[in-house]
Formats: sequence, C-alpha cells, structure tokens
Amino acid sequence: MEMKERLKIPRQKMSGQDPKERIHNFQEVPTGLTEEQAILEANRCLQCKHQPCIKGCPVKVKIPEFISLMAQGKFMEAAWKIKETNSLPAVCGRVCPQEIQCEVECVRGKTGEPVAIGYLERFAADYERNQGKIVIPEKVPTTGKKVAVVGSGPSGLTAAGDLIKLGHEVVIFEALHKPGGVLVYGIPEFRLPKEIVFAEVDYLKKQGVELKLNKVIGQARTIDEFMTEDGFDAVFIGVGAGLPIFMKIPGENLIGVYSANEYLTRANLMKAYLKDKADTPIIKGRNVTVIGGGNVAMDSLRTALRLGADNAYCVYRRTRTEMPARNEEIEHAEQEGVKFNFLRNPVRIIGDDNGWVKGMEVMKMKLGEPDSSCRRRPVPIPGSEYIIETDVVIVAIGAGPNPLLTSTMKDLKLNRWGYIVADEVGRTSKPGVWAGGDIVTGAATVILAAGAGKKAAQSIHEWLMQEPGKDGEREWPFDL
Amino acid sequence: MQVNEILLNRNVAPEVFEMRVYCPDVAKKIKPGQFIIIRVIEEGERIPLSVGDYDPEKGTLDLLIREIGVTTKRLVQMDVGSVIPDIVGPLGRPTEILEIKHLMCVGGGVGIAPVNVVAKAYRAQGTHITTIFGARSSNLLAWKDRVLDVSDETIITTDDGSEGIKGVVTVALEEEITSGRPIDLVFIAGPAIMMKFVAEVTKKYNVSSIASLNPIMVDGTGMCGGCRVTVGGVTKFACVDGPDFDGNAVDFDELLARQRTYIVDEKEALERAYASGEILTPEKHKCKLEEQCREGAEAWK
Ligand SMILES: Cc1cc2nc3c(=O)[nH]c(=O)nc-3n(C[C@H](O)[C@H](O)[C@H](O)COP(=O)(O)OP(=O)(O)OC[C@H]3O[C@@H](n4cnc5c(N)ncnc54)[C@H](O)[C@@H]3O)c2cc1C
Ligand SMILES: Cc1cc2nc3c(=O)[nH]c(=O)nc-3n(C[C@H](O)[C@H](O)[C@H](O)COP(=O)(O)OP(=O)(O)OC[C@H]3O[C@@H](n4cnc5c(N)ncnc54)[C@H](O)[C@@H]3O)c2cc1C
Ligand code: SF4
Ligand code: SF4
Ligand code: FES
Repeated sequence: MEMKERLKIPRQKMSGQDPKERIHNFQEVPTGLTEEQAILEANRCLQCKHQPCIKGCPVKVKIPEFISLMAQGKFMEAAWKIKETNSLPAVCGRVCPQEIQCEVECVRGKTGEPVAIGYLERFAADYERNQGKIVIPEKVPTTGKKVAVVGSGPSGLTAAGDLIKLGHEVVIFEALHKPGGVLVYGIPEFRLPKEIVFAEVDYLKKQGVELKLNKVIGQARTIDEFMTEDGFDAVFIGVGAGLPIFMKIPGENLIGVYSANEYLTRANLMKAYLKDKADTPIIKGRNVTVIGGGNVAMDSLRTALRLGADNAYCVYRRTRTEMPARNEEIEHAEQEGVKFNFLRNPVRIIGDDNGWVKGMEVMKMKLGEPDSSCRRRPVPIPGSEYIIETDVVIVAIGAGPNPLLTSTMKDLKLNRWGYIVADEVGRTSKPGVWAGGDIVTGAATVILAAGAGKKAAQSIHEWLMQEPGKDGEREWPFDL
Repeated sequence: MQVNEILLNRNVAPEVFEMRVYCPDVAKKIKPGQFIIIRVIEEGERIPLSVGDYDPEKGTLDLLIREIGVTTKRLVQMDVGSVIPDIVGPLGRPTEILEIKHLMCVGGGVGIAPVNVVAKAYRAQGTHITTIFGARSSNLLAWKDRVLDVSDETIITTDDGSEGIKGVVTVALEEEITSGRPIDLVFIAGPAIMMKFVAEVTKKYNVSSIASLNPIMVDGTGMCGGCRVTVGGVTKFACVDGPDFDGNAVDFDELLARQRTYIVDEKEALERAYASGEILTPEKHKCKLEEQCREGAEAWK
C-alpha cells in the first residue's frame, strides 16, 4: 500500500454496547474490531525504521512486526509474535494505558491519531483464543529444579509461564479460591471477561504448572519452609499490593463505607452481581459516591451503576486532566452517566441513628503549585464545605503493601513503606527469593507486573542453571 | 479420605452442629484462636469459622456451627463423606498464651469453639481454668462435655434456670470477680452482644480481657478491610490483626451495627434457597437428621 493511502485510513473505532443498555449488564463494553477493521487499522502503521512505539511499551512488544503480520491477515502469527515478549496480550490489549505507553510514541499520533496498538493486540490475542487452536508447547526436558510462585496475579502467572517453558517444575500458591489476582477480584467483568484470565491459567496448567488455591503463604506455609522442607530451589513472590488505604476521616466505619477492594471483590470475585445466583450480598445504594480518580475508582463507579444506583458520584481532589485513570475508562464512565465532582476532598462521612451512611461532607479545593509528581497540588478552600447526600461511599484512593507474608520473613529487606526491595531482575535480599509486580513497585499496571515476572523468570533460570560453588551455594549478587 | 471431606456431622443442640473435616495441611499448622474460611458451593459466599479443636496427626478439624443463614445451613446439610469445595486456613493470629495462674473463660453459643482450644492450651501449661458457659436454656449448651473436660471449674448459667445459675453470664462473672479470688485474664467468645456486656464488667472492675471478635469477613487476608473494628479508637482488620483484641478497648456497638449490614439480603437469600429446594426447610431437615441420628450415633468416639 502506498504511504498516501495508509495516511488516509482513519483510526478504526471499536464498536460496543450502547451506554443506556450496558449499564444494566456486566458484559464487556467494547466488542472488538472486525477482521476488516483489524486489517485496515494494521495498514495505518508506517512500519517506522526507528520503531518509536516499542520504546513506550514496558515489555518491548515487537509492535511493527506484529502489526505487519496483521496487515497480511496472519493473525495467529501476529499473536505469537506478541507472545514472544508479552504472555498476556488479551489482557494487556484491554487494560494497558496505551495513551501513555505504546501509543503515545506512535509517529502517527504527532499529526493525527496514533495507530490503535491496543485494539490490534486485543484482536490478535482474541483471534488466537477463539480459534481454539492454542498450541501447547512441547514439554522441554526437565531440569529437576522446583520453583514456588506466590500469588497468581499477572506477575506470578507470567513468571510461572516462562519458568515451565524452561523446564522447571512450577507450583503457584494463591490465597483466594480463584486465580488471577486483581484481574479477577478487582477489574470488573465488563472490562475484562474472567474467561480470558481463566484461559491463560488453563494454558499454564496444560503445560504442567501446578496451581494450589486457598493457600495463604505466611500462614499455611512460610517461604523458609518452602526452601528447607518442601524442596523448592527458588521462590518468586508476586503477592500484589493488596492492602486497602482508608482516608482516616470520621465516619469511615459506618455501614455503607467500603474499600474499593471490598466492593469490587464482592461484585466480581464473589459475583454479587448475579442477583439470584450468588450468595454474597452487597449494598446496592441509590446514591453511590466513590472517592478517587484512578482505574479503581472508575471500575467502582461503573459497577455501582450496573448494580442499580440512581447516581454514581466521583469525588476527586484534582481535575479531569490529572486523573490517573485510562482515558477510555473516563470516557466510558462519562457516557454511562457518572457525575464528576472535581476539586473536592472528603472531610467526614455522616451516619444516621442506625450507623448507616447518609451523607458525606466535602470541601472545595483549588489547584496550586505542582508537587513532586508534577501534578498541581490541590489546596483546600476553607469554609467551602458542603454535604453530598449519599448512602454508599467507596474509598478508592490507593493500596499499600499487605504485610501478611512479608512480616513472616525476617531476612527480607523492605523499604520504609513496606514494599519488598528488589533489583531490576527481581532479586531480593534473601538468596533464592525473587519478587515482582505491585509488591515491589507499589500499585502500578498489569504490564509492569507481567514484565517483572518475565525478568525474574529469566534470572531465576540463570541462577538455577549455575553450577553451585564448593560450598554447595550459588552466588547471590545482591547489593543495594 | 479426601482433603476437605466431612468425616462427621451431627446435630448437638437446636440449630447447632458439630462437624469434623479432614484438612491435614490446616490441622498441621493451626494454633488456638485461629480460624478458617470456607466456601460451600460455587457462587457461594466465604464464611469464617473458628476451629474448635484439631488433631495434627489425624489431620482433622472440629467445627461448631450454628445454622443461621444460607451458607451455614448449606454446610450443616452436607452429608458425611462429601467434600467442602474450599477451605482456607489457618487465618488470623493465634491467641497469645500468657504465663498466668488463673484464666476465666466466658463463652456462649458457638463461641465455645475458640474457648475450647484456648483453654486447652492454657491448661497444658498449668493455668487454672474457670469457664462460665451461658445459654438461654440447658439444651443449648453445645459442647458442654468438652467445656467440663477442659476446665478446672465450670459455671453454667441459663436464662431460664433449666441448668446451673439462672441468669446471664455477666452475673456469674461479677460474682467471681468480687469473690476476691484473683483473675489474671478473661477470655471472651460468643455472640457480639454477650461479649459487649461481659467486657463492660471486666472494664468496670479493671480486669484484663481478650475478646475473640466475629465481624463480617470476605477474604480473611487483610485485602478488603470489610472486617474492620475499632479498638482503642484505632481501626484494625480483625482477620489479620485479630480475631483477638483487648476486650476492654473494643467498640462493640460498632461491631454490632456492622454485623447487621446484610440482614435484609440474607433473609431474601434464604427464602430463595428454601423456595428452590436447594436448602431443606427446618422441618424437612429435622426428618433427615432423625434418620441420620439412628444410623451413626457412635461415630464420635
Ligand atoms: C480495580 C483495579 C483496576 C485496575 N485497572 C488497571 C488497568 O486498567 N490497567 C492496568 O494496567 N492496571 C490496572 N490495575 C492495576 C493492576 O491490576 C495491578 O498493577 C496488577 O494486577 C499487579 O499484579 P501483581 O501480579 O503484582 O499482583 P495482583 O494482581 O495483586 O495479584 C496478587 C495475587 O497474590 C495473591 N496473594 C496475596 N498475598 C498472598 C499470600 N500471602 N499467599 C498467597 N497468595 C497471595 C492475591 O490473592 C492475588 O491473587 C488495576 C487495579 C485494580 C485494583
Ligand atoms: C473469626 C470468626 C469466627 C467465627 N466462628 C464461628 C464458629 O465457630 N461457628 C459459627 O457457627 N459461626 C462462626 N462465625 C460466624 C459465622 O461466620 C457466620 O455465622 C456465618 O458467616 C453466617 O453465614 P450465613 O450465610 O449462614 O448466614 P447469613 O444469613 O449470611 O448471616 C447471618 C449473620 O452472620 C454474620 N455473617 C454473615 N456473613 C458473614 C461473614 N462472611 N463473615 C462473618 N460473619 C458473617 C452476620 O452477622 C449476619 O448478620 C465466626 C465469625 C468470625 C468472623
Ligand atoms: S503490552 Fe501494553 S504497552 Fe505494550 S504494546 Fe501491548 S498494549 Fe502497548
Ligand atoms: S510508531 Fe506507530 S506507525 Fe510507527 S511503527 Fe510504531 S505503530 Fe507503526
Ligand atoms: S476480611 Fe477482608 S480484610 Fe479482613
């Protein structure tokens, strides 16, 4: 195709459910590109020699290469190409913040709209899955080494997938009754169908990864026991940042105040949205107020609408420009009727005589000087307080490191916030133990967690294949 | 034997069942005061249960279950030999076993489960155990035999006077405290309302107390914060910071209010389950129990 023609193709729009309809169901919102659209979109790529887009991708997906395969209609081959560096393309195509990663670097974005890399990635991965032709790689000769993976979020799943392909025995230990981490308990069905995550897990199991659910490591078993009693040669810790942060304002323990983790876990993992099928209850609420401006807040707001709330209010202390959520999520939330209250900060939550939430007092803010994150700092306007009528409040202001496991490991170095200290390949201060994902970086993204799992798997492999020294020990180069 | 298999299940008091499950990994690790979370069916909810006894060698856990809602009813209606889909544990911090001379346990209802294991651990180190065990009526004193067995002294109270002292546990407790015999610690486990009143007594007389709290939980790993309780003005997550807390500092009114969160939903869920026949109604279940009773009474040693 001529350059001129390529430039003329408009960015393909993904069709999806109508907002009026979709707020009554939990089915996925965007329905994906059609085959024709995928080929058209792939043809928008200029196959730049210097490949700027790759720089934006944390795991360096070979973007121009896979897109070129797609332009030729070779979707399976495209999927495999992506999988060379990213083992969760169906997930990442859906949830990566492309507008600040791969797509922001795309040259086509300089004069118009960037190539829809995320859409294409999703298409290729879905195509492969739907063909039902997922090829299970031939089993490689076993190395006789055994690795424990703690946590089945994107970091753990990726590490496990790479390690099994290298011939190690891999056992994943997961605290919950379903694998997938935040992909399953946090991100709602309408944004990431759980079937996709379970397909990934299934793929790992078919390759021989053992999955042990309902195992809270630190309690049921400790890392030391793994290494001294259970015969594991190495451990990867990918337990995520599963500790909800509250605001520490009055009224936070009233009935109707949820952490986003609890609200989303009830709705997603426990399927509270299947009204007549699931046992786990959730307060539906008429007016639901969510505090925060990230993906977690957007997911909570949109879930509230689907559970039947009349109003879903977002209370965020900065403005739309500073919101950390993905663009697409904000747009979808707007289309669905979420009401945004920018430059507002909660002061206290007010309850009725029975301890149920009936309102929340907020204070108006204005933007001041930029802070360390280069976002303009919100400054309170004294005397501007007023009350929002609400019966459910969801706190979605972030998550911290859950100390359940790390507190049982005296020889594991943590930073001052409680995250595990690890080098760039995931090695921790404890020989034989790697860590990656949110428990190292703090709440981040799926692709960063997956990338950390990948790097750690490679590093674990190299270490395990090393000849132990005279003392039977392998080198552990870790200094920070 | 399969992991999570129900080995024994019998009705020990109106609406109260004791159950023995085969769960070797948990049995090996669990300590007094810890609990498990179970899920009975796919799409079912996760509910916490104290472990009332355990045998690390045989790999068994003993549970004492009061059937009140959908999940506990589903559970107690499961047959011996069937397998509970999900059991996770041990969860929570073990009860701290202090070097003390005299421990007073105050228990009611299924709170006797933690009392049993905690008293056992104290007894093993030579602490004198006095247990005050209360119920509305004598037939509701489930696990009385175990309480008598594990305590040096047992004081029974019933609201209707059908056994022991007529009255509530706090009356007996106050009498014991004021009798002049030193009490080093009071361990409280039972319905929140009972714990509240018991803690009022210990506070009044400035006796140390530990309460084993039972807020609504989901994950049991500190991830959701649904189990938060206020202790001494500070928010704690009962599943990871507890379930034991300084009884004299717990905000029991908040706990009581939060426990009522889903009352309406729970009632609806139960009605639905009865209507669909998924759970036997009390009458039908009673018939089934009578039949089972005739069959396997000697199973429990
Ligand atoms: C609601 C929500 C929406 C999000 N949206 C996006 C998005 O759109 N795009 C994006 O890129 N990122 C998003 N994120 C962030 C992203 O999901 C996380 O950064 C990512 O999942 C982190 O992966 P992880 O492997 O480190 O841990 P997690 O996904 O947190 O998984 C950790 C797993 O470890 C288990 N575990 C914890 N402790 C133990 C233990 N002691 N023993 C055994 N198992 C244990 C947990 O149960 C969990 O399953 C979102 C997060 C949330 C909460
Ligand atoms: C640490 C701990 C130990 C416990 N030990 C025992 C025990 O040994 N034996 C026993 O019979 N019960 C015990 N419970 C209480 C038991 O978990 C509840 O009775 C059970 O969850 C009720 O579920 P349901 O569906 O049958 O009833 P529902 O109708 O759902 O609930 C009835 C009441 O039970 C409480 N409840 C409901 N869901 C939960 C939940 N997920 N977590 C906690 N409480 C809930 C609420 O107060 C509710 O109003 C314990 C609770 C905790 C937190
Ligand atoms: S993994 Fe994410 S950042 Fe990388 S190319 Fe795919 S969508 Fe873009
Ligand atoms: S920068 Fe954009 S146009 Fe260039 S190769 Fe990458 S995706 Fe294609
Ligand atoms: S039950 Fe979720 S944090 Fe305790």
